[in-house]
Amino acid sequence: MSGRLLGGVGPRGPVGLDRHLAVHGPMPEVASELIDEVTRSGLRGRGGAGFPAGIKLAAVAEGRRPVVVVNGTEGEPMSAKDHAMLIRAPHLVLDGAVAAARAVGAREVLLCAPPADHAVVAAALAERGAGSRGRPRVTLVPSAPGYVAGEETAVIAHLEGRAARPRMTPPRPAQEGYRKRPTLMQNVETLAHVGLIARHGASWFRELGTADRPGTTLVTISGAVRGPGVYEVPSGLPLAELARVAGGVTEPPRALLVGGYFGAWVDQDGAGLTLDDGELRRHGAAVGAGVVVVLGSSACPVAETARLAAYMAAESAGQCGPCVHGLGSLAGVLDRFATARTVPGDGERLVRWTEMVRGRGACAHPDGVARMLASATRLFRAELEDHARRGPCARCASASTLVLPAAVHARAAA
Amino acid sequence: MALWYLTRATGAAALVLLTLTLTLGIADVQRFASARLPRFVIDGWHRTASLLVCVLLVVHIGTSVIDGYAPIRLVDALVPFVGAYRPVWLGLGALALDLMIALVVTSLLRARLGARAWRAVHWLAYACWPVALVHGLGTGSDVRPGWLAWLSLGCTAVVIVAIGVRLADRGATPGVRVGAASALAAGAIALVVWLPSGPMAKGWAAKAGTPSSGGANQTTTARGHR
Amino acid sequence: MSRPPAERAGEELELDPIACTGHGLCAELLPERIVLDDWGYPMIDPPVPASLHEHAVRAVKACPALALRLRRAG
Repeated sequence: MSGRLLGGVGPRGPVGLDRHLAVHGPMPEVASELIDEVTRSGLRGRGGAGFPAGIKLAAVAEGRRPVVVVNGTEGEPMSAKDHAMLIRAPHLVLDGAVAAARAVGAREVLLCAPPADHAVVAAALAERGAGSRGRPRVTLVPSAPGYVAGEETAVIAHLEGRAARPRMTPPRPAQEGYRKRPTLMQNVETLAHVGLIARHGASWFRELGTADRPGTTLVTISGAVRGPGVYEVPSGLPLAELARVAGGVTEPPRALLVGGYFGAWVDQDGAGLTLDDGELRRHGAAVGAGVVVVLGSSACPVAETARLAAYMAAESAGQCGPCVHGLGSLAGVLDRFATARTVPGDGERLVRWTEMVRGRGACAHPDGVARMLASATRLFRAELEDHARRGPCARCASASTLVLPAAVHARAAA
Repeated sequence: MALWYLTRATGAAALVLLTLTLTLGIADVQRFASARLPRFVIDGWHRTASLLVCVLLVVHIGTSVIDGYAPIRLVDALVPFVGAYRPVWLGLGALALDLMIALVVTSLLRARLGARAWRAVHWLAYACWPVALVHGLGTGSDVRPGWLAWLSLGCTAVVIVAIGVRLADRGATPGVRVGAASALAAGAIALVVWLPSGPMAKGWAAKAGTPSSGGANQTTTARGHR
Repeated sequence: MSRPPAERAGEELELDPIACTGHGLCAELLPERIVLDDWGYPMIDPPVPASLHEHAVRAVKACPALALRLRRAG
């Protein structure tokens, strides 16, 4: 189903302003009442943390000279939903950003997105007529590359002209963010939902989804499926359905990576789980950024996990010792497992170090890796032991399911 | 006369303790530790040694001002190069004292200053020590007989080794290491070349600017010739 | 010197992981609450009972990177 966020999206190109208004209807006048409506809707942030959007809006509205930042950085390599929204339905994102700005009293909106997306968004802005009286000013800013560059405080550092690295919180951006101003930092998809809630209301929004995570969710499905891509599904959809949404699997799956690289490996049939944080958290997983990668049986889960661990270690901002050293050590252990070069105690080290890095950084990067590795250790135990004994298997050489770009950003000097 | 001996003794002791302070500071930053000497002990000794230097300096300066033999005023101890007695060499002592004050005060207020500002000022420690050393050699009238010269040489050897350890640490950037190594080498050579023709040679007292009236307590800032 | 220990409000240790460079003096001075991990970085147990207050203050002051703080709990 694609009636909400992806309503009006055709086979190619962005939805123009006329078609956008024809599909969704006109935008009503917006004031601070929108904050209550968003709170009642139960909308949760779609960037990965799942924080209630209404609470953020209310917090920022209390401050002086607030600013809105649309976070389209999308540092997660297997996620394409923010990119899809920006180049296919930019007007809905802009509707939501402008509405949120009006609701909290912000005169400025910074839209941070990869340079490749700027042309379409700029064209959409031109369509809307820049400089209309009373509109908040929308400025396009190129986002920084790198996995952690999309973290809230990293985006703020980047906007302020510094390296895109997270800093300690508190204070949270809603209190003290961009140039110390109260900053409403929301994911592209979250604001698109706001654009719809402003038109149709909280009750309408809650018609789909679950009580804890109302509304629809954009998921990026990839891996061993026939039609990889971005899909809009109701929250609470059973994980087992996701492959079907993407045209079915191309081969029997071994496991699903749910949430993103900072998410968790889940058993191939979805373990009876749904796209809802309530249950997923109990299994050490989360909806995260709506990324679902189907790992087929022809891939090697040990090789993929080892490569992923190495990538996540390289993508550390390099600021906190336990993250830099811990993730590096973990990547090393996994590599030893994958190549049958384990030394006595490596199994215990894998478990101990996974727990040792949790909560030890300024941001949640090490926590995400710990979550992913804990699930991998549990789910792929047999394969890990097999590799430790006998080395690389026949499937280790297959093409990588996970896309792992080379680290392009500067890290803090040791 | 007793006061003059006290001045020289506390000056020499201050140099030894300053050498110890610098060495312990380098052990600190090099993260030296052993089973019997944990990090906090080395760090604590470094701080204590620096405070002992301050105590010795109070006596050193106090006795030199009170003693009437050489015309040294309190202001000469704080403001460099305004004194009547060996203005350059005494002035270096005042400079070393000013640097010590900066180092100690910023360290006491470290929590309020923040790590970065504190560290920037603390680099002055590497300037403070050689200034104090040259002050001692230039003003002390004991250099020629030898004990102060040997003491200075000993302290210099210790500092060279300590800084050498610091430079050998691969953590420092190459530019800093090359620069500091050359400065060390140049300093050591200059000292060896200067000592025999400077403080060790005859007539140094006059050359250094000791006023011709010897011990009268004058307040005019007669510029001594070098 | 100050109020008797029982009256002092609960205190917590807080670490700035970005400032911390793993010197380890804190773990030497407050082993009851701070243990070093396998890479030399402190793992902090935040609550500080009144009986450990002086040691906690000393540990905070000893940190060369000023990465440790002691503050009111909650």
